Amino acid sequence: MADYLALFVGAVIINNFVLTKFLGLCIFFGISKNLSASVGMGMAVTSVMTMSSILAWVVYFFVLQPLGLTFLTTIVFVVLTASFVQLLELVIKKQAPALYNMWGIYLLLIATNCIVLAVPILNVENSYSFLKSIVFAIGSGIGFALALILMASLREKLAYADVPKPLQGIGIAFILAGMLSLAFLGFSGML
Amino acid sequence: MNTPVMIVVVLVGVGAFFGIVLAMANKKFAMEANPLIEEVEDILPKGQCGACGYAGCAKYAEAVVEDPAVPPNLCVPGKAAVAQKVAELTGKRAEATEPKYAFLKCRGTKTAALVTAEYEGVPDCAAAKLILGGPKGCKFGCIGFGNCVKACPFGALSMGADGLPVVAKDICTGCGKCVQTCPQSIIALESFEAPVEVACSSHDKGAVARKLCKNACIGCGMCMRNCAHGAIKLEKNLAVVDAEICRECTEAACLAKCPTKAIGDIVNIHAMAKTA
Repeated sequence: MADYLALFVGAVIINNFVLTKFLGLCIFFGISKNLSASVGMGMAVTSVMTMSSILAWVVYFFVLQPLGLTFLTTIVFVVLTASFVQLLELVIKKQAPALYNMWGIYLLLIATNCIVLAVPILNVENSYSFLKSIVFAIGSGIGFALALILMASLREKLAYADVPKPLQGIGIAFILAGMLSLAFLGFSGML
Repeated sequence: MNTPVMIVVVLVGVGAFFGIVLAMANKKFAMEANPLIEEVEDILPKGQCGACGYAGCAKYAEAVVEDPAVPPNLCVPGKAAVAQKVAELTGKRAEATEPKYAFLKCRGTKTAALVTAEYEGVPDCAAAKLILGGPKGCKFGCIGFGNCVKACPFGALSMGADGLPVVAKDICTGCGKCVQTCPQSIIALESFEAPVEVACSSHDKGAVARKLCKNACIGCGMCMRNCAHGAIKLEKNLAVVDAEICRECTEAACLAKCPTKAIGDIVNIHAMAKTA
């Protein structure tokens, strides 16, 4: 149990994908202007990542590994994640229109995102068990959502700040992200 | 078994598997999309300005087709021509869309309004409002840092020399972005046909309002008493014009008696009176 907890906390805070591994930065800077959009995006990424990790785990350990084709991992996972996002979009469009309206455009943004690909790959590279890979994926998703929500809250406050002209917009956002990242570095070595 | 063959088999297998699953899902979860939605969307200007109240043109097209309660004339930049076409397609009655423009309900210019504090912060109305409601004595009026000017997507607003924003009526599309942005909520969308409007938002009592701004509405009620049609009412020391009643009127009785000229003709009412 302690094992799983450590893995979870590690994925959320210590090895936060955005702030310490610098993955998923395109969504991070694109979406974080708005808090409510960030919450939606965080939820969408978490669920897609969890489900695609499960799929990827099954494909890797039951197809690729027995056949000795592990060098195909990246290309197979790309196909897998992209098709899975498409499938999910079709399903929620029909079954849960409210959710679809909330996630709509974000789902497609996720389809080929590096963070969604990174989690399944790390799962199999570290040879996590089935349960562990699920915990790791959920943790990573929550960590991503946490970073996104923190950043969005900061950037909404930035609207009232007197930012020097050359730094306005994305410039100050990068500086903020750097500071956040430094803060998160403080967690390293906790586990 | 040799590897190259296996690579082809696995990749084709995975691709085919997901292809088939997606194809099946597409059939099973097919949405009977109304082709009308696309047609309506084609007509809309696609500025994605959101003036209709929906998140973009596609959403409005969907709403206007699916929901009988959504009127066909919500597209502000599209004006009457678009409303007419949308109404034809959806079988709804097109009510005449009335062109509107942004009207500032404040005349607290640099010379007229008393400044009680010196503000040295970010030049932003919302930020200035946080500190004691802004530098002017009147807490209802224009703060004058031009948040509305920055918000205008069409460049119809500019900051005048007197410290108040100026609306270029010929450019303004009436989208209402400035109305939402103004932290004082003193910009209103006004019809080009509306004859008179009160250019003040102060709810201060007469003496206070007058002390804080020379151009304030002091709530004396002269305009109300001089209006033969009952179109003007006093609400908390501020005259409010009912545009629906006022529209037909060509007398300018209410304007003449206003001691501070806070009520003004916003179309040339005298020209109208002559032709009538």
